[in-house]
Amino acid sequence: MKVVVASGKGGTGKTSVAVNLALSVGAEQVLDCDVEEPNIHIFLEPEVTESQPVELLVPRIIEERCTYCRKCAEFCQYNALFVAGETAMVFPELCHSCGGCKLVCPEDAIEEVPRMIGKIFKGHAHGVELVYGELNIGEPLAVPIISEVKEQARREGLVILDAPPGSACPVVEAVHGSDFCLMVTEPTPFGLHDLEVATTVVKQLGVPMGVVVNFAGIGDRGVYEFCEQQGIPVLMEIPFDRKIAELYSRGVPFTEEMTEWRPRFQKLLDEMEVLAR
Amino acid sequence: MKQMTILSGKGGTGKTTITASFAALSENAVFADCDVDASNLHLLLNPEVKKTIDFMGLKMAVIDPERCTRCGLCMELCRFNAIEDYRVDPIHCEGYKVCVVNCPVEAIDFVDRVCGHAYISETRYGPMSHARLTPGMENSGKLVTLVRQNAQRLAEEHGSELVLVDGPPGIGCPAIASLSNVEYSLIVVEPTLSGIHDLKRALGLLRHFDVEPLVCVNKYDLNTDNTDEITRYCKENGVAMVGCVPFDPEVTKAMVQGQPVVEYRPKSPASAAIADVWAETRTQLGV
Repeated sequence: MKVVVASGKGGTGKTSVAVNLALSVGAEQVLDCDVEEPNIHIFLEPEVTESQPVELLVPRIIEERCTYCRKCAEFCQYNALFVAGETAMVFPELCHSCGGCKLVCPEDAIEEVPRMIGKIFKGHAHGVELVYGELNIGEPLAVPIISEVKEQARREGLVILDAPPGSACPVVEAVHGSDFCLMVTEPTPFGLHDLEVATTVVKQLGVPMGVVVNFAGIGDRGVYEFCEQQGIPVLMEIPFDRKIAELYSRGVPFTEEMTEWRPRFQKLLDEMEVLAR
Repeated sequence: MKQMTILSGKGGTGKTTITASFAALSENAVFADCDVDASNLHLLLNPEVKKTIDFMGLKMAVIDPERCTRCGLCMELCRFNAIEDYRVDPIHCEGYKVCVVNCPVEAIDFVDRVCGHAYISETRYGPMSHARLTPGMENSGKLVTLVRQNAQRLAEEHGSELVLVDGPPGIGCPAIASLSNVEYSLIVVEPTLSGIHDLKRALGLLRHFDVEPLVCVNKYDLNTDNTDEITRYCKENGVAMVGCVPFDPEVTKAMVQGQPVVEYRPKSPASAAIADVWAETRTQLGV
């Protein structure tokens, strides 16, 4: 089963829930899909045994063949190609690697060359395999790296994915194809607002979901009322607790020291398995 | 006119809490919310929308089943698996147009679609530019750019001295768009190992785009060893620290009331600290 942990709002505790769930139930694999700011490796401290570059194919213009007809530049929806007079230029960081310019070039003057935009890493810790991606600083496109991390997903056993915050394309990429989405939120107006937006995306993708309310006890009842109206089950509440926050700040998964939480995460998994059917 | 983007790398460190409080303390500023897919600043500034603009984003491919001969070339050419069973999935189509121009029977139309809305608003503290991306849409970077352009225009019209930009989390496309033509960026960090890791990447981003960094530690008393580590790191790397804000339950209470904490409880510990951070930030910016 693939469980994706998502949130809408950042900093609600996705990573903490993903790590503690994985350790409590003995998951096979954890995929950190927040490739802009990956954090799971801070908690699991894996020994990295493999790494590989993530490359995008970007155009290169073969000057001898180019007639400066501008068809490629007119075609590109992201303005990654510029042709004026007898100059043709590529702006590789704007290229989304759709491959269209090569197809529209009537002179066969475009070839595609790989360009590295980030890396993925693999390692083991606490009996769990971790795969995480890292977008190079200054690169805009997170989605190709998320999709490379997801390529590494095991077909069997429990795989837990940690999604990036928000509700735009990187979240769609991370959530798509999962069996269940665990939405982590905080009971505040910010948490509620971003939960509403994120659940819209998850619904469109047809993935069943449940909610974990983190920092329970602060804020107001808005999140609970929303879940009730929408028929989204609240599967777990984690109280606002200074001890949990301090453990988090030191990079320690709280279930390591507060072992009474492990059976609760097992129960959470059991409930997700029923809901995913 | 100067522009400053409030960033964090890691989400949920208090960007919006700080931005809203700065808005309340500022005298002649324009506010822009560039976290377009999880925007929250409006929940504290309660803007009155004056103008709504459709955000067209990129076009989308639509296959006409009447003209389609089911040759399957489009499915073969689309590198994003957005076409299945001779239908384009709107949530996966990013409008590259590859299928449109290569369809041998011209059965694919390229249609406009509204991918969100941008708003020009008035708040009790000054004009505001914000937006809402349709959930799941591509190209939030382009919408961020639109929000930024609207904010700059508002600042020119009002003769404002500062544009305060509430940025998105992360370091990818929307964060980069929130930094273009910005002189200063304030990174709000929490004293956690994750926060420090993400701060370093965010500082790398600012260096890459030649933006002057400022750093503020939020909830600094949660782990003072980590706060010391951040202070040391900033000092070693020549990054200006503009202050530390303590953990304060009044911040969440203010959020529930829909107010910046400096307005809700001006004398609370967090409010007093934010006022100091604002004063130091102004000194750094020279406004």
